[in-house]
Amino acid sequence: MPPSPAAPVLGVALRLEKVRRAFEDRVVIDDLDLEVEAGEFLAILGPSGCGKSTLLRIIARLAPPDSGKVLLEPADIPYQTSYVFQDAHLLPWRNVLDNVVLPLELMGVPRDESCRDARRALAHAGLREVENLYPAQLSGGMSMRVSLARALVSEPRLLLLDEPFAALDEITRFRLDVQLRDLWLSRRMTVIFVTHSISEAAFLAGRAVVLTRRGGNIKLDHRLSLPESRTNELRTDPRLAAEMKVLLAAMEEEG
Amino acid sequence: MFKKVLPALIPFVAVTLVIETLVRFGLVKAYLLPPPSAVFLVIVHDWRELLSALGKTSAGALTGFILSTVFGISIAVFLSSSRAIQRAFFPYAVFFQTVPIVAIAPLLVIWFGYGLQTVIASAFIVSIFPVIANTLNGILSTDPALRDLFQLYGASTWVTLFKLRFPAALPQILTGLRVSAGLAVIGAIVGEFIGGQGLGSVVDIARTQQRTDKVFAAVLLASVLGLGLFGLINLISALTLRHWHSSERS
Repeated sequence: MPPSPAAPVLGVALRLEKVRRAFEDRVVIDDLDLEVEAGEFLAILGPSGCGKSTLLRIIARLAPPDSGKVLLEPADIPYQTSYVFQDAHLLPWRNVLDNVVLPLELMGVPRDESCRDARRALAHAGLREVENLYPAQLSGGMSMRVSLARALVSEPRLLLLDEPFAALDEITRFRLDVQLRDLWLSRRMTVIFVTHSISEAAFLAGRAVVLTRRGGNIKLDHRLSLPESRTNELRTDPRLAAEMKVLLAAMEEEG
Repeated sequence: MFKKVLPALIPFVAVTLVIETLVRFGLVKAYLLPPPSAVFLVIVHDWRELLSALGKTSAGALTGFILSTVFGISIAVFLSSSRAIQRAFFPYAVFFQTVPIVAIAPLLVIWFGYGLQTVIASAFIVSIFPVIANTLNGILSTDPALRDLFQLYGASTWVTLFKLRFPAALPQILTGLRVSAGLAVIGAIVGEFIGGQGLGSVVDIARTQQRTDKVFAAVLLASVLGLGLFGLINLISALTLRHWHSSERS
């Protein structure tokens, strides 16, 4: 079923003011200012070690900045942040259903309700038939889809992804890229996607930010001119190639 | 079941036959190494006394082992709460690992008197350290990404402990329990040398009477007790880890 481009915006807006983070003498993020609109799909690109993952952890409030502010708008309504890691990081002693239930369980949602929502999230990801399997019985791609379902089950307003598909084979990655983009179109949560893949950033995002190698500041802030709904046909489209060229130039300048 | 037990039985039967042959042909003196048939006859002849002793040793070893499990896991949870607490208290936990139980066993008699309490205390002291060390290591090795996940959804320290850290540490806790189970039997026997009951006492009295066949009979029963405890932990391990841990997945 094609996603509705007119879905109401669920996401929160985000503003980072003079965010700084250093590890001993090494400054990883230096007075970074960044604004993200509600319901935006932002890709953060940069060379390894430029502070992408640190920035994502600060946004998730998993690690505090040394100085500066992370502001979310609207600030007066409860919202949920979800985080998808580089690997699936499922709880190996829980089956697929119980892994997807976990966020709701931790939030205190009653079991009946959480199971119903988890089954809906699994059905959306095409995983209903594996709900009783354990993570050790799943392929890498399937584990990552379970991880995505777990992130989405709590209806997050802010979805943070830290190179989630980097370890997967290309075909699986292409499939998950399309699935993620469709999910975003249907829910319009704010997505921040950290990657070092230029093609993945260009394919997925509406806007891409390239970080500098040193000091984790912004080298390029670029809006992509590509259609809202994206399928694998776009991967050979000259418009995507043109956008990748812009991002590549900025990345190359950073070495 | 038989296929699982058979590989372990083959060396046992082979060694038994070799010893029996060596003693029968006079290559080894029977008072130094009794023939297995003599040990078997002692078990048959003195079965009431040995069974009663086995029951007492089992009670001491099992109680000491259960106390080690409960206190060992609780102490590990306490130690895992902060690095400062670990630095302050872990050296005292190491005391249990290094204490020469034979040297302090007479003290245990003074503190607890003759009988079961001394045996339990001895089994407890000898068997608690592997539980503390393995549980602590397991709890501290929890995947940082999963800790982040629990933090993100607002899980409390206790919820994180019971729903994440504890299950994640289970394979290592069970490894600690396997080591601890054998040590609890050793601790109980040492306690009985001084505390005066059970298989330890049977060994001690038989030794003074030059009854090596009876010493071996008691040692054999102590081994059976150790194997039984080990088997119990293996059963728990198989039941709890079979779906997800490589050690139990076929």
